[in-house]
Amino acid sequence: MTSKFAVDLPISADQPSLAGPSGTGSGGTRVLGALTLVGIALVAFLAFVATPADSDMGDTVRLIYVHVPIVSVAYLGIVIATIGSIAFLWKRSEWWDLVASSSAEVSAVLMGLTLVVGMIWGKPTWGVYWVWDARLTSTLVLFLLLLGYQAVRRTSVDPWVRGKRSAIVGLLLLPNVLIVNRSVEWWRSLHQEPTLLRLDPTIEGLQLFTLVLAIGVTALMFVWLAVHRFRLAWLQDRVDRRLLVDAIEDRRSEVTV
Amino acid sequence: MFRDAALVAGKDLRIELRSRVAINQVLPLAVLLLVLFAFALDPDTGLLVRATPGLFWIATVLCGLLAVQRAFAVETADGVTDGLRLSALDTGGLFLGKAAAVALQLIVLQALLLAGVVVLYDAAPSGWLMLVVTCGTATAGIAAAGTLFGVLAAGVRVRETLLPLLLLPVLAPVLLAATRAFEAAFEGRSSEGWPWVGLLAAFALVYIVAGLFGFGALLEES
Amino acid sequence: MNEWGYVIAGWAVSAAVLVAYALWIILRGRALSKEVPPEDRRWM
Repeated sequence: MTSKFAVDLPISADQPSLAGPSGTGSGGTRVLGALTLVGIALVAFLAFVATPADSDMGDTVRLIYVHVPIVSVAYLGIVIATIGSIAFLWKRSEWWDLVASSSAEVSAVLMGLTLVVGMIWGKPTWGVYWVWDARLTSTLVLFLLLLGYQAVRRTSVDPWVRGKRSAIVGLLLLPNVLIVNRSVEWWRSLHQEPTLLRLDPTIEGLQLFTLVLAIGVTALMFVWLAVHRFRLAWLQDRVDRRLLVDAIEDRRSEVTV
Repeated sequence: MFRDAALVAGKDLRIELRSRVAINQVLPLAVLLLVLFAFALDPDTGLLVRATPGLFWIATVLCGLLAVQRAFAVETADGVTDGLRLSALDTGGLFLGKAAAVALQLIVLQALLLAGVVVLYDAAPSGWLMLVVTCGTATAGIAAAGTLFGVLAAGVRVRETLLPLLLLPVLAPVLLAATRAFEAAFEGRSSEGWPWVGLLAAFALVYIVAGLFGFGALLEES
Repeated sequence: MNEWGYVIAGWAVSAAVLVAYALWIILRGRALSKEVPPEDRRWM
């Protein structure tokens, strides 16, 4: 997505500030981004053109190629955030804190999107925008948990305080996910509903391939987004730190004058 | 650690007994909730009685939120948190003590709520063992999670809105499981409630462990 | 709306959200980069 726009200007003596990267892009992420775009195009082609309409779901199956990969990768992101949180508490490095928070934020966006796409899929399939089936319900609760995580991130500018608070909330994300999923699945199974989002176990051939490819491509996209988000957070912290240092300097000079 | 826990729990409960905030405010609030539910769910339709387990637990969770907020308000009010930090109290014990105090208040609340629903909603609970065990495990979880997130929110200026935002999604499975267990008990099929009790116990375990380890780190900031 | 309408809507919403998010990150990244000296700009 950036490859068309990012330009690294040549280093020259009278432009020292451009010696470093001019944004959050880098050689590696440009390659990743290009691969992701190609992958998306391929999945879109397969989803819309090459694969047939599903025998049960009709054409709405083409939304499953978005819905399932996005929620799967969001879960992956939560696992990364949990690992990052634990690592932060153990190693106390800013790097881990930002890994955790970037993953959590991208996952939050993906979770929210999952809900929206799920509702759009639901209307033609069930006739209603929402049902309290296990998967949608769990996703909603997890989305709210991730919003809580975001709120905690904003409570302090001190990186250590912020990191500790986020890490405690973050390391509990995975246990929360497991508990929520378990409880909601038991609950819905009591009512012996047909599992509404049952993926046809006989899904095979090109449909299966498309789905798996879509998951892979979404994972690439997640990495791209998370790396950029990490770098953005890194820059934000640097800027905040300078502002703080400047403010303290101003204060000091006031006093000495 | 347990001695420190008893010390802290005793202190919190004594503060409570003297100030009577929970008795004067939280308990009436619980009764008020029961009344409001009755207005919302028209007793004549039989909906109220069928919804009793769920309403009981909603009331418990909401009042639990208040109890936790109160537990930390007493600390931050006079800058007591510095005192707590500087004292030689073991932070694990501190956590257990505060959580125990909250749990005890919740148990009293639940007893009142049970009496309330029997009287006001004409509910006829059965399966008392299941009810008691459910209350015990659910309360342990609510108190542990509440205390952990409570100390996190205590250090923050927007604590009144942050705590519910953090705690309510976390407690959603507790609400779910406890309600199902209560339903099983009320409808005379208590044995079906045990898996839910298992879930409640697992939840409580996770949050007690998390609290023992995390409470100290979070206390430094409040 | 027939089924295709929903399919298009779903894909469109997804694309819009993800592109918007990506753009926000990139543009914010560039803006902040200018305020930080080159050697500080990136960990990796």
